[in-house]
Amino acid sequence: MVKRSFIQWLSALLYNANLPGFISGQLYRGPLKTVCIPGLNCYSCPGALGACPLGSLQSSFTGVVLHFPFYVLGTIMLIGLLLGRLICGWACPFGLVQDLLYKLPTPKIRLRPSLQKLSLLKYLIAVLFLFVLPLSFYYLDGIGVPAFCKYICPAGTLEAALPLALVKIYIRNELGALFSWKLAILIFLCITSTLIYRPFCRFICPLGAIYSIFNRLSVYGVKIDKHKCIGCDSCLHHCPMQCEQVGDRECIHCGECAKVCPTKAISFGKK
Amino acid sequence: MQNRQLLVLITALASIGYGIFTKEPARVMQKAITICLECIGIG
Repeated sequence: MVKRSFIQWLSALLYNANLPGFISGQLYRGPLKTVCIPGLNCYSCPGALGACPLGSLQSSFTGVVLHFPFYVLGTIMLIGLLLGRLICGWACPFGLVQDLLYKLPTPKIRLRPSLQKLSLLKYLIAVLFLFVLPLSFYYLDGIGVPAFCKYICPAGTLEAALPLALVKIYIRNELGALFSWKLAILIFLCITSTLIYRPFCRFICPLGAIYSIFNRLSVYGVKIDKHKCIGCDSCLHHCPMQCEQVGDRECIHCGECAKVCPTKAISFGKK
Repeated sequence: MQNRQLLVLITALASIGYGIFTKEPARVMQKAITICLECIGIG
């Protein structure tokens, strides 16, 4: 079985393989930028080879003319159908960042079930910041705003703003209150990621929210052999995402459940 | 493949196909090759 961390690093590297961009501050402008990559990776990252699915979704509502994002939504649907939130667990750079931070030797907090309900917040954020706000700005001002990218996305701050500000003085000079707000969000998420497993993925990420809709339907992921399962719930007790069922909407298919199952009832594969 | 999976697959592929037909990838690329000022906290 391939190690999950290896695939995470590999995908982060592949998504951001335009390494000279980190030195020059120039974005990759080649044809791969027509392709939406599966995970959350800002397309303004100087290393980014592909387009961010969330940024591309919002940009449909930010031009002078509105366009329904058939291609972007279709791509997200296809990825969701095939892999569900396996992308979150295995192929998302910001997921990798949170996993690395969680390894730090700090106290770890498992949330009470009542607080787990906060995971529904990401659906509200998805609807509000991907659709309602961009369209509202469009109808009010004649031009939409990529609200999630602008007001929340920590991947944009980490992968784009900071590397670009390091090498481009004119960008550094323009950073103001909005950047400070986004940086505060990034720092907050980094700190909470050392205490709680993947807080961004659980409570905020709209892409995770969309993929979660497909999670039970997805073709590949973790599955339980009901003949071998003895109902001990070791899987759930050890689940870092605190899923209520293996493979539910919060499951990122990390495989921790498979490691602890005493009867080896849990495996990866075609469901 | 289950019926629901097949339905989603057909919808996804049709959506991608129609998007390509209406040149949406070009619009995606146009946004992706320029620095998104909103994304980096300027715009």
